[in-house]
Amino acid sequence: MEANIHFPDPSKVREELIQKYPAKVAKKRAKSIIVNDPLIIPEVQANVRTVPGIITQRGCSYAGCKGVVLGPTRDIVNIVHGPIGCSFYAWLTRRNQTRTESLMDANYIPYCFSTDMQEENVVFGGEKKLKIAIQEAYDLFHPKSIAIFSTCPVGLIGDDVHAASKEMREKFGDCNVFGFSCEGYRGVSQSAGHHIANNGVFKHMVGRNNTPSVGKFKLNLLGEYNIGGDAFEIERIFEKVGITLVASFSGNSTVRAIENAHTADLNVILCHRSINYMGDMMETKYGIPWMKVNFVGAESTAKSLRKIAEYFGDEELKAKVEEVIAEETPRVKAVIDEILPRTTGKTAMLFVGGSRAHHYQDLFAELGMTTVAAGYEFAHRDDYEGRHVLPSIKIDADSKNIEELKVLPDPELFNPRKTEAELKALKEKGLEINGYEGMMKQMTRKSLVVDDLSHYESEKLIEIYKPDIFCAGIKEKYVVQKMGIPLKQLHSYDYGGPYTGFEGAVNFYKDIDRMVNNPVWKLIKAPWEKNGNGAGLAASYVTQ
Amino acid sequence: MLLRHTSKEVKEREGLTINPAKTCQPIGAMYAALGIHGCLPHSHGSQGCCSYHRSTLTRHYKEPVMAATSSFTEGASVFGGQANLLAAIETIFSVYDPDIIAVHSTCLSETIGDDLQQITRKAKDDGKVPEGKYVIFASTPSFIGSHVTGYANMVTGIATQFAVSTGVKKHQFNIIAGWMEPSDMREIKRLSKELGVKIVLFPDTSDVLDAPQTGKHEFYPKGGTTVAELQSAGDSISSLALGAISAEPAAIALEKSCKVAFETLDMPIGLSATDRFIMALSQVAGVKVPDEITAERGRLVDVMADMEQYLYGKRVALFGDPDQLLPLTEFLLDLNMKPVHIVSGTPGQRFEKQMRQLLDARSPETKFRNGLQADMFLLHQWMKNEPVDLLIGNTYGKYIARDEDVPFIRFGFPILDRIGHSYFPNVGYSGGLRLVEKLLNAVMDRQDRDALEEKFELVM
Repeated sequence: MEANIHFPDPSKVREELIQKYPAKVAKKRAKSIIVNDPLIIPEVQANVRTVPGIITQRGCSYAGCKGVVLGPTRDIVNIVHGPIGCSFYAWLTRRNQTRTESLMDANYIPYCFSTDMQEENVVFGGEKKLKIAIQEAYDLFHPKSIAIFSTCPVGLIGDDVHAASKEMREKFGDCNVFGFSCEGYRGVSQSAGHHIANNGVFKHMVGRNNTPSVGKFKLNLLGEYNIGGDAFEIERIFEKVGITLVASFSGNSTVRAIENAHTADLNVILCHRSINYMGDMMETKYGIPWMKVNFVGAESTAKSLRKIAEYFGDEELKAKVEEVIAEETPRVKAVIDEILPRTTGKTAMLFVGGSRAHHYQDLFAELGMTTVAAGYEFAHRDDYEGRHVLPSIKIDADSKNIEELKVLPDPELFNPRKTEAELKALKEKGLEINGYEGMMKQMTRKSLVVDDLSHYESEKLIEIYKPDIFCAGIKEKYVVQKMGIPLKQLHSYDYGGPYTGFEGAVNFYKDIDRMVNNPVWKLIKAPWEKNGNGAGLAASYVTQ
Repeated sequence: MLLRHTSKEVKEREGLTINPAKTCQPIGAMYAALGIHGCLPHSHGSQGCCSYHRSTLTRHYKEPVMAATSSFTEGASVFGGQANLLAAIETIFSVYDPDIIAVHSTCLSETIGDDLQQITRKAKDDGKVPEGKYVIFASTPSFIGSHVTGYANMVTGIATQFAVSTGVKKHQFNIIAGWMEPSDMREIKRLSKELGVKIVLFPDTSDVLDAPQTGKHEFYPKGGTTVAELQSAGDSISSLALGAISAEPAAIALEKSCKVAFETLDMPIGLSATDRFIMALSQVAGVKVPDEITAERGRLVDVMADMEQYLYGKRVALFGDPDQLLPLTEFLLDLNMKPVHIVSGTPGQRFEKQMRQLLDARSPETKFRNGLQADMFLLHQWMKNEPVDLLIGNTYGKYIARDEDVPFIRFGFPILDRIGHSYFPNVGYSGGLRLVEKLLNAVMDRQDRDALEEKFELVM
């Protein structure tokens, strides 16, 4: 497919983006800036070290582990072992919403816990202080679970958070204490932290509660963090359709649900980048297949629901799904029909996350807008090109440091939910079972794909393409807006949302319409600054 | 209840900090460096540090906050970060062309013992720093002090690495800004101009973090103290440091390196602290305070007198940073209000002593704690035991305010959910007026909300 809008020559754009870099940097960046062809899908360099000094969007491993994956859990006391900053910056800033059943239920999300490591702890070791902190947290709150997150100095001075956790877990008996070695320097981005988080949650939580879950169609929602209430909307739809959500990883989740997750019959994966490890490991150990879905976009939501119904292969469920889609669609259609004339033909750029830059292209397509350039902040090649490239991805020194858990089928609990033949048949029907096609297949020919976009490249791209909207995060928000282009934050949603499901699609359509058609962008120049206006030069009455 | 697990019973803690009233050094260093014209702050550590600091500053200002990072990986953490920093310096000068790179360290680079002085010197020796450009540095380990300490350390770095003493004094005065908002710095410049005193203000984030919308992103906005100004600071007659914790260390360093005498003042927040600032500046410069400033002062006192009944005896809990808390507490006392609980996560005996002195003289029963475990959890517990009429602090206070149903005034850093702080000053008499207006609005809105129908007042 080729977009019917005029693209600048993308190979020239590519040259221009790297021209100013020192030779070595230019050579490296060139491999991450790719002109797309959905039929061939060229290789994109991804998940490699960022060039120091280049001004990256990326964060660290700790952010991926504590911030992204464990941050949304509400009844775990998440203690950050390190100097105060790391815990402070991850305190409520990701907008993970949660809703307890009663005021008596545990909710630690509004709290920030830290060992506030001091110089003497760095010099003489911080394990003692950590254990005191864990004890104090236990005495104060009596939580079901306490998780410990290591920050940079912890790994360097050799504090053993796992030993400390084990000691305290055994001491308490009724509180599951476990640690994560997610020091900020591990890996090359947040992505390392996702993997570390997956390992820890899999090892220390999943499978601890074998109470059979109730329901005919039972699944887990993986990689949905309930930012802006996204998970609430998906929960609403599941309930309407009659699907039982056993556990969510990890938006609006509870310890009990995660510990019981292995009793579900399907894992659906939203954010492939941050949680695919969990899908794989649960399949190997418990025999639960996983399937890539997308609830961002009304059509994508409908499609994903149909895939889930197809997986369960139940006619009643299929009929119910159709009924719900038919019920929800008119409301969505009414809004998009009204908005579409104002957004059609406009262009978008998305440089964000490890899955969002893909998912949101569906919503822009529904708005009649073309994605002219996109890229991820911390994804891997499989998120761009599809999982079929996995065997050809070279494991470099930075990835090698992240533990790959050796998972075997559980002698008692392994129970393949589908036979190989059934899975094959489902795949043939187009279900992305244990698969993901990646972003590039969906993008137009000659669109630009850039991994780990630098600030410099973003300014250049905006100059060249002048997109109608740019999607990224808070660090980019006001930079891009200073250039007169609205920026939609796709981490925090500019404090709006939800953007999933039918409700979310409506919210997104309205937000984008508001942003790209906002009169403020035409008010930037003062009347006396506009071309041909002689204000201040010659008073008009003089010539009259 | 948002903070449903906060109990009334206070237990001493030694290991766990809950809801901190501080953050770490490097963010302060980044903020200070943004107050130098043409300067790109650089974080020597993991990418996360830089990302978190930029994000927090961006949320606080709703403005671009440009900064770079050394992007440490595990290899750099083992073998040292020199190669990363040298590469960063080369990339930054070729791509972003700043006049200055201001490098600060992090807990990571401090723990492995990277020596910023040595590495930045090597960058110069290796020809990685173009002619006429600068790389300065400050050591800002996150495991010592707080964000305020980091600010002070970077300002000290700026003072010592730029100021030169030519031996010929210039008829100008340094004003070293403690951690204040761009609006405050703008107000300090305005007041100095009113007084007719030539000053070098540093750092100065006005016209950097309150930049206008022009349709063009200025990577280096027009504001910020210039290199020439900073260099001339060594020839100034004297320095005024506004804030004992965040500004004085730079003044001390400047006295040492360039023999510029200094005086430390409280940040001019509220009437009395502003009086001291105006007096000090007029005295060192030998100028008469102009009538316009006296009139500004008069307007503030006038409002304080006219509206005193609404503020009298109101009980206040506050949390924040030392250099703001001291003059703010004094101002509350001048307004006949009652500071009841005060916490600051920033450690230090100097601050503790100063605050205790102020409180002993005017409000000995006030509960006050700073340093380790002096956090918002403790403050909230104190509030549950001895309730207050008003809470003052950064955005995180809104959770306590909502749970306890207490009026809340946003003051300090960070303010993530409102604007105004970068545009309207808290310093000077006009800043005092703004504070009084905020205090009155909070208290009087509450009175209006809670008044019985028959007691609802039209005129107040």
